Amino acid sequence: MARGIKDKVAILGMGCSKFGERWDMNGEDLIVEAVEECLDDAGVERSRIDAAWFSTAIEEQHVGKSGVPLAVSLRLPYIPVTRVENYCASGTESFRGACYAVASGAADIALAVGVEKLKDTGYGGLPQRMRGAVADMYWPNASAPGSFAQLATAYSAKHGVPADTLKKAMAHVSVKSHANGAKNPKAHLRKEIDIDTVLNAPMVAEPLGLFDCCGVSDGSAAAIVTTPEIAKSMGKADLVSVKALQLAVSNGQEASHNSWDGSYFMTTRRAAERAYKEAEIRRPRDEVSMFEVHDCFSITELVTMEDLYLSEEGTAWKDILDGFYDADGKIPCQIDGGLKCFGHPIGASGLRMLYEMYLQFQGRAGARQLDDPKIGMTHNLGGFPHQNVSSVSIVGRYDA
Amino acid sequence: MPGSNTVGLKAYGAYVPRLRLSRKAVADANAWFNPALKGLARGERAICNWDEDSLTMGVEAARDCLTPARLDNGAAPAVAAVTFASTTLPFGDRQNAGILATALNFGESVATMDFTASQRAGTSGLLNALQREIGGAAAGDTLFVAADKRRTQASGPQELQFGDAAAAFTVGRGDPVAVYLGGHQLSTDFIDHYRGGDSKYDYNWEERWIRDEGYFKIAPRAIAAALAQTGLDAGAIDRFIMPALIRGVPQKVAALAGIGAGAVRDTLQAQLGEAGTAHPLVMLVDCLQDAGPGETIMVVGWGQGCDVLLFRTTEALAALSPRQGVKGWLARRREETNYNRYLSFNDLLEQDRGIRAELDAPTALSALYRNRDMVLGFVGGKCRICGTVQYPKTRACVSPNCGAFNSQDPHPFAEIPAKVQSWTADNLTYSPDPPAHFGMVVFDEGGRLMAEMTDVSPGEVAVGMPVRMVFRRRAVDDKRGFIKYFWKATPDHTAEDAKGSEV
Repeated sequence: MARGIKDKVAILGMGCSKFGERWDMNGEDLIVEAVEECLDDAGVERSRIDAAWFSTAIEEQHVGKSGVPLAVSLRLPYIPVTRVENYCASGTESFRGACYAVASGAADIALAVGVEKLKDTGYGGLPQRMRGAVADMYWPNASAPGSFAQLATAYSAKHGVPADTLKKAMAHVSVKSHANGAKNPKAHLRKEIDIDTVLNAPMVAEPLGLFDCCGVSDGSAAAIVTTPEIAKSMGKADLVSVKALQLAVSNGQEASHNSWDGSYFMTTRRAAERAYKEAEIRRPRDEVSMFEVHDCFSITELVTMEDLYLSEEGTAWKDILDGFYDADGKIPCQIDGGLKCFGHPIGASGLRMLYEMYLQFQGRAGARQLDDPKIGMTHNLGGFPHQNVSSVSIVGRYDA
Repeated sequence: MPGSNTVGLKAYGAYVPRLRLSRKAVADANAWFNPALKGLARGERAICNWDEDSLTMGVEAARDCLTPARLDNGAAPAVAAVTFASTTLPFGDRQNAGILATALNFGESVATMDFTASQRAGTSGLLNALQREIGGAAAGDTLFVAADKRRTQASGPQELQFGDAAAAFTVGRGDPVAVYLGGHQLSTDFIDHYRGGDSKYDYNWEERWIRDEGYFKIAPRAIAAALAQTGLDAGAIDRFIMPALIRGVPQKVAALAGIGAGAVRDTLQAQLGEAGTAHPLVMLVDCLQDAGPGETIMVVGWGQGCDVLLFRTTEALAALSPRQGVKGWLARRREETNYNRYLSFNDLLEQDRGIRAELDAPTALSALYRNRDMVLGFVGGKCRICGTVQYPKTRACVSPNCGAFNSQDPHPFAEIPAKVQSWTADNLTYSPDPPAHFGMVVFDEGGRLMAEMTDVSPGEVAVGMPVRMVFRRRAVDDKRGFIKYFWKATPDHTAEDAKGSEV
């Protein structure tokens, strides 16, 4: 395995817009909201940025293609801007691009920005769109909840967990995230809910009800990264550094080969294994302080707890019901509310997860501040269970 | 006597959609406007699901007919021609028989032709196939398919009387199950109804005139000519097949022709309704499922004249492998009592379908042609190196232990048994019949597909459930008048079906 980039890149500053239904904002406005905070936090001028990476997923719905929308929004001084897209994991891709540029020495200071302006479709849920001339001829006409709901039917069958038991564990996931999101002023959904609300909600895609699904939000998030040496030379203390960045992309095996049983993410397991190795973490359940995972749906979070090797296979539902991942549990998960309640502006979500980690390490997370976290992990997923990209990042205190 | 050089029907198949519209439901909704409908409010009629049409029914009937030869390797048995009869062809200018042949993987060297524009297209198309075989013009068997998805306006009597169905026959030389004895075609421009080239619906003239001046004067002449041509006596007819919606017409025509009243076959009006140009042939399949050897069958086709075909069953009939036929499919039924759903499926209701239904998704015809075997024929690949069966067929083998480039041979998937690995019922995505069911379907020989499901009853789908694949409409591009076809999974009602075929 390559040597990796552990502790070669430090976060100089971060910013995040309020997520939600931002009816009064264009995508370009959301970018500025996040980047203004990010620049202030980093204490640098735009002119110091050597290169930028820009993530959006459904750009035809808002800012359009290429790096131009970012450069124009920020009036960047004709620097390299690369637009990246990798389904719902796009946000982590812009961060990865910026980090690699710094780690390689190609840039001293790099900017990563993600944005998505989803609430201009006229209907709820993600925008519907074509999938390509050939895929459109044989892919099912499936919604995102319909694709992920199948994790639950396959998981139930494989592990012999009755559907109603699994549904209760899934409901606990959402109740926990709502409790967390209620404490986050930037979150889209800030209302605590009880388990009956989840269980009795209208069915979106069996067995996923309305409260098993994350918010569809507008928002933007940004990070400025540099080397630890440069950060220190700028007078920065309590550095947060990158410990691992890993990405695994389906090669079609899940979709076309019968070795996959439909109950887990092949990609997440691979990415997690590599990330733990890069970050030199051997016992994640003991060593990682907090997780932000891609809880697009309650069942996604549930199986991801196993795919990240936190819960034994077939037992995540028990850990969840035991409160292991609650705010006051052993490993808080989605302490900021997650995709479920902070919201899911696709291109920004991976950066939003890192934003929460960054605040927590710096003791700036307000009412939801955890006690002295040292290592945090984000998991940013895109696509469908049967064909997806899974991005796993580990960040932590530079001195940890 | 039949022999190896005798021309006739070598196999039969049929298809009737699973949905049966309750006539009472139709009458209850419309009797306020047309009280006469109450008199028709008995029994049920077969209706297409939203994703079925004449072509999809034709494919199913053909698969039924080609059983079990097609099951052996998923590929179509060798035939020289595929012909298709319907007056409700999905495409006005794109050969429908060609789509059918592609869906059944017949390859390029098969002759294809559509027969249309008259209710007589079914019997005339079959006659044409028989005559090609007799005349030696055919290089092999002909697969002949007839299907109609009847289209009517709301609240008329025909909405209750019509039905949707398909029939298929393999026609050729050899050892037929029914030898063709001869026939006659009488052509006259008698317009009991018509449908203009740009019209959606039929325009009908008065029933009493159709009966007295049409059926009673024209059909007996055609029958007499056919009997004379074959040298048969009217009394020799064991089974008389003649569709007609006007009460008593088949019986009276038989009597006028001297055919015994006991020979007159039931028109299947109570369970199915009249399936247009396919109907005499649907009745023929139903009859062959009852018949013993040595029976003489007369089939009458009506429409701007009259076709008469005569067959005699052989010992080979009993030896024909099991198939659904009309009886099997009729036994596989689900009652539909929601008249509004029927209206919606048939575009008879201006519905608020929501913004999600607006997605504009044109078909790239070049991409469809390039991938026609994959999309229409449901052909995947099998790796020559590692043996992995996979869909779609790609340039790199999907097996994690192989990955070889350019190693796959075409492998047909449509007849491979499959099971559900995971599934959902999706209320969010647009479907003409929500919730949309789909899931991962795993094929017994290897390979899998995230597949849409159809003909699913709520609560029916479960992990491990056996499914079979069916050729259906995937979507309709209304803006461009293009119909997108692909294969879907449907619960394999094998036990239910088998019970039906024993009737």
